[in-house]
Amino acid sequence: MPSYDEVEVGQALPAQSFSLTRADLVRYAGASGDFNVIHWNERVAKSVGLPSVIAHGMLTMATAGRVVTDWAGDPGAVVEYGVRFSRPVVVEDDDTGATVDVEGVVEGKLDDRRVAVVLTATVDGSKVLMAARAVVRLP
Amino acid sequence: MPLNRDFVGRTAASTEPFEVTRGDIRRFASAIGDASPACHDPAAARALGHPDLVAPPTFLVTMGFATAESLVMDPELGLDYSLVVHGEQRFELHRPVVAGDRLDAQARVDGIRDAGRNELLSVVTEVRSGDERVATTTNVLVSRGSAAPRTARAGQEA
Repeated sequence: MPSYDEVEVGQALPAQSFSLTRADLVRYAGASGDFNVIHWNERVAKSVGLPSVIAHGMLTMATAGRVVTDWAGDPGAVVEYGVRFSRPVVVEDDDTGATVDVEGVVEGKLDDRRVAVVLTATVDGSKVLMAARAVVRLP
Repeated sequence: MPLNRDFVGRTAASTEPFEVTRGDIRRFASAIGDASPACHDPAAARALGHPDLVAPPTFLVTMGFATAESLVMDPELGLDYSLVVHGEQRFELHRPVVAGDRLDAQARVDGIRDAGRNELLSVVTEVRSGDERVATTTNVLVSRGSAAPRTARAGQEA
C-alpha cells in the first residue's frame, strides 16, 4: 500500500486492461439491480439506435475504479469518485467483448493525507469516461 | 416536452433501511472483478481497520437508485425514460460502506437545466446510518431532445 508521504504528483498508477463480455454485463445487472434491456438484449439495443448491446456506464465506472483501489490496496480508501460518461462501451456477442484500457496519474496531494488521481479510460483509443477523478486517503 | 421545473427541490426518502450484507458486497465485488481481500474476507478487512467487509466505492448504486426512482419516474416530471442516458455520477464517501450497515437515503432533485437541446436532471442522494452521514451521491441524467425550443431573441424580432 502506498503511503501519502511517498506519493509524488505526476506519478503513474499501474495501468490495467479489462475485458467486458456479455457474461460480465449479465452478472453486473444481477449484482446492481440495473436490468435495462439495452445492456443485454441486442434486438432492443439496435431498435433504439445503438450499434449493439452496451455496458452499464456504472460498470465501466466501477471497472476503471479498480486501478485506484488495486493501487491503494484498500477499497475503503476512496473518499470521492466521479465520472462523466462520454461514449457507450459496445459489447459484441463474442468471447472477447470490449477491452477497456485504464490509466491513472496522481494529480495532486491534498490536506488530510488525501491524494487526487485522474483516470483515463479508453476503448480502441476513444475515451469512454471524461473528468474521471478519484480522491483517496492514504496511510 | 420540457421537464417540469417545479420538481427542483423535491425529495423522496427510503421507506425502510437498506441492509448491507457480506453476500451483497461479495456479489457486487465479483461482478466488477474486484478481488480485493477486504471485499471478500472479513479478517482481511479487519486487518485494514474496518469493522467488516468493505464495499467497492460504487456499491451504493445498488441502493441509491430505488429512492431516486420514485422522483424521476413520477409522471408529473414528464421524463421519457427511453430518451434518458446516464450523464454523470459522483460518490462522496464520508466513511466506507461496510457489511452490517443499515442505511437510509434521501434523494433530492438538485437541478434541471438546458444543455443545448437536452436537459440535465441532477439528483443528489444523502445516505445515512442513523444520524451519521455515510455518503453523498450525485446522479446526472440526460433527457435527450426535451429542452424547450429557444424563443427568438428580442434583437432578432422584426
